[in-house]
Amino acid sequence: MTERQQETEAPPLLETRDLTVEFPNPAGGWTPVVQQVSFTVGQGESVALVGESGSGKTVTSLAVMGLTGVMGGRVAGGSVHFDGRELTALPEREWRGLRGPGMGMIFQQPIRSLNPAFTVGDQIAESVRRHLGFNRKAARARAIEMLDLVQIPRAAERVDDYPHAFSGGMCQRVMIAMVMACNPRLLIADEPTTALDVTVQERILQLLRELQEQTGVSLLFVSHDLAVVAELCQKVIVMYAGEVAEQGTAADIFLRPRHPYTSGLLAAIPKPGLRSDRRLESIPGSIPAPGSWPAGCRFHDRCPHREPGRCDSRHPDLTPAGPANEARCLRTSEIELQGVTVA
Amino acid sequence: MAGPTVQAEARAGPTPKPPEASPNPPGNPLRNSSKGHSMLRHAGKRLLAAIPLLLVVPLLVFLLIDLAPGDPAVVLAGEDPTPDRIAAIRGELGLSDPVVERYLRWVGAVLHGDLGQSLMSDQSVTDMIVRRMGTTMSLVLFAMVMAVVLGTLMAILASLRPGGVVDRLVNWLASVAIAIPAFWFGLVLASLFAVTFQVFPAFGFVPLSEGLWPWMSHLVLPGIALGLLPAAEVTLQLRSALGQELKSDYILNAQAKGLSRSAVLFKHALKNACVPVVTVLGFRVAEVLAGSVTIEIIYNMPGLGSLAVDSVLSRDIPVLLGFVLFSTSVVVVVNLLVDISYGYFNPKVRA
Repeated sequence: MTERQQETEAPPLLETRDLTVEFPNPAGGWTPVVQQVSFTVGQGESVALVGESGSGKTVTSLAVMGLTGVMGGRVAGGSVHFDGRELTALPEREWRGLRGPGMGMIFQQPIRSLNPAFTVGDQIAESVRRHLGFNRKAARARAIEMLDLVQIPRAAERVDDYPHAFSGGMCQRVMIAMVMACNPRLLIADEPTTALDVTVQERILQLLRELQEQTGVSLLFVSHDLAVVAELCQKVIVMYAGEVAEQGTAADIFLRPRHPYTSGLLAAIPKPGLRSDRRLESIPGSIPAPGSWPAGCRFHDRCPHREPGRCDSRHPDLTPAGPANEARCLRTSEIELQGVTVA
Repeated sequence: MAGPTVQAEARAGPTPKPPEASPNPPGNPLRNSSKGHSMLRHAGKRLLAAIPLLLVVPLLVFLLIDLAPGDPAVVLAGEDPTPDRIAAIRGELGLSDPVVERYLRWVGAVLHGDLGQSLMSDQSVTDMIVRRMGTTMSLVLFAMVMAVVLGTLMAILASLRPGGVVDRLVNWLASVAIAIPAFWFGLVLASLFAVTFQVFPAFGFVPLSEGLWPWMSHLVLPGIALGLLPAAEVTLQLRSALGQELKSDYILNAQAKGLSRSAVLFKHALKNACVPVVTVLGFRVAEVLAGSVTIEIIYNMPGLGSLAVDSVLSRDIPVLLGFVLFSTSVVVVVNLLVDISYGYFNPKVRA
């Protein structure tokens, strides 16, 4: 891993190593939901965390935010290193000081993530007052400034509106304004455009890109949509059944995937000019639930390239594959995988 | 970084609001004049909708009294009345007229602000109610304040650690409190703290004008007896509402913003959890008003409750009707306040 790390001299802003997160199961024990996940996010870098629903993307990002406990889970092993500090053993009080000015998160359901009982201005000003020590007046001015920055028209008036007066896309802009108000180093976006119209999606992505250029914030972008990821991120981490299946540069992942799962995800992207008599590609079967992961390679029963007797018995490690990728596949050097074909 | 200039600029921006807008300072929930007017219109509509209630409840009382055995004329005629004497009194008081006619006559008088006179004492019903109102309203107020303060405190304590010891204890205590009859609890409190320990007076009432402590000390025991049930109900209702709210996405977001535990709980969750609780409180006011009847008798307090009981026993219809009209109005006003409070707790209602 060491030689394959980012060429940048500066240490990464965020580094998780062997991060394992567990949730209680009905039997009274703990079931791992995310297992031994390691990745880095460099300063100002955009990293995508992709995979189907249930692959552990959201749990991983909540663990980075130190919010697994809130959801009833626990970090059972590994480390989260952020800006030179180890976070897994951090007391809750210090965590709270870090969320906001250190890292912020926006969610899949922007409308439900805003408190319906308070004005958007109040909800933006609140974190500014807490973390940056602004007084009421300055915090309000900051809220207006932020609403303006995320391109909400007539920001000075809308600051006193309640969330129900905003559309989904506008709510997501408010969420972004709220998170960016404290100048965080890392922005975690958990499927920020999934619940939005396609046309709105594009504008939110554009906004994220612009904000990143302006502020240099690092981005951990969680998505199941590879097409969206391709526009935004330099690095891609593909997760499957709670572990990293493949990771590498975006270009490599898209053009020369080294894991059959990545290849399957790429094939499932609808392509322009698709003939209507052809069905959309999809990966057969569905992702196994935590606790019922199969022995061997966790993807083997859905994999078109599986080799009986081998793939179903040995659990593969994440190994270097290709110039800059790492893949968790026993047969990665033996098989030819289809990437995105550039027209 | 943003300075005051940004704000000044923002304030000076174009405002499409009408010039007479902003009777309230900015930041006030009613800041927008059209919203303020719609609130008033809404309140007005609710009051109009209450008029049938104010008409129907007294009508039911008329019909019930008419069906019930007993006759005020007999009571008034004294010992060994002759049938002629009774008939004379009935005629004098207009009691032999049909029910509907008596009802309409009463409504007409009420519309002129006249609640009539007591059949038994010739006092004006309005005077009697005004004189005794203070006792009952003090008692109801004490009970409701106790319900809100104690109930909120208990619910928040329980919410700090869902499923924990405190949570289960609070839940158990509230369930027991709901099962305890107010009159029995009132008697227990009186015998303990007024007879055995003599901390508080056992009975009577002193108006607030004679001092805060004398007033308060007479209210403590009956107030607690009366407030226990609504306090338990507020506890359970708020606890369950808080449990719901604490699971919502906006709470996760509030935590992702690095807010303190107390800000998450007291600011974000509590305001949303209040909606079902104020609804319950609205209903409880009517119940507490009804419960005050027995409590006033136990503690021998000269309130509306004892007045109502006396008027029923002596078939003093005008007094009874006055009491009914007063209680109904209180309930109507409380429900109106509850309705208005929705606008505060849930801004969506205001739109």
